[in-house]
Amino acid sequence: MDNITATIQVVPLNHYILLSAIIFTIGVIGVLIRRNAIIIFMSVELMLNAVNLLLTAFSAYSGDASGQVFVFFIMALAAAEVAVGLAIIVMVYRNTNSIDINVLNRLKW
Amino acid sequence: MSLFYLVAFLSILFSLLVIFTKNPVHSVLYLIATFFTFTIHYILLNAQFLAVVNFIVYMGAIMVLFLFVLMLMNLNKDTEPVKSNLIKIIGVIAGGALLVTLVGASKALQTSAVSAGPNSEIGLVENLGKVLFNEFLLPFELSSLLLLSALVGAILLARKDKKTQNG
Repeated sequence: MDNITATIQVVPLNHYILLSAIIFTIGVIGVLIRRNAIIIFMSVELMLNAVNLLLTAFSAYSGDASGQVFVFFIMALAAAEVAVGLAIIVMVYRNTNSIDINVLNRLKW
Repeated sequence: MSLFYLVAFLSILFSLLVIFTKNPVHSVLYLIATFFTFTIHYILLNAQFLAVVNFIVYMGAIMVLFLFVLMLMNLNKDTEPVKSNLIKIIGVIAGGALLVTLVGASKALQTSAVSAGPNSEIGLVENLGKVLFNEFLLPFELSSLLLLSALVGAILLARKDKKTQNG
């Protein structure tokens, strides 16, 4: 375990910020370029995870446990969000026989 | 140190594969791999409680839910919607602009104030439990209410309503 702790001290905090920014951006690109509702949902999960990782890194580097408690709450919220969201997707699929989000374009007006 | 960069590279690779794979089932499998690399990140940060929770909640519960819904829909390959190339290029350019903005903002940020070095003790179950049940007791109980309402809502949305279905 000392070995692992020595590992963290070498990695600068900036690299965690960079990694989280890259993964968050990948999630945003996934939302923008895909039309499958489930894949859009998975991209939202990627974004949530990037934020979680960044919060954990900040918490570990600044020695404050509140950040990790916050990540725990975000995980509980993500589980609730996935359950409701997938139920909505199943409902949409049952009514339109497709999970293409362009079927739902009347929601825009 | 090099382990972090290897795992970071794997996270970026798998998350790119998630959004660029055509088959949704492969996409879910790559998402599981991405979450596994995140678990390794948590272990490297010595956040053991979060590593276990991430492993159980994300890789266990959420991924099973995704796979279950995908199997329920039995999507064929030809129903996979394809966006035009122009939209894809515009989306990638917009994402790149966001990345440049985020990285530029983090360059301007002075992170030297918080770089006191990681405290290896705070991520353990004992310390997190003390914080969670002293300072955050009310949010913890409220989150149970959130999970209950999500459970009721999901069942209400997903079941077939026989009264309003007129043929």
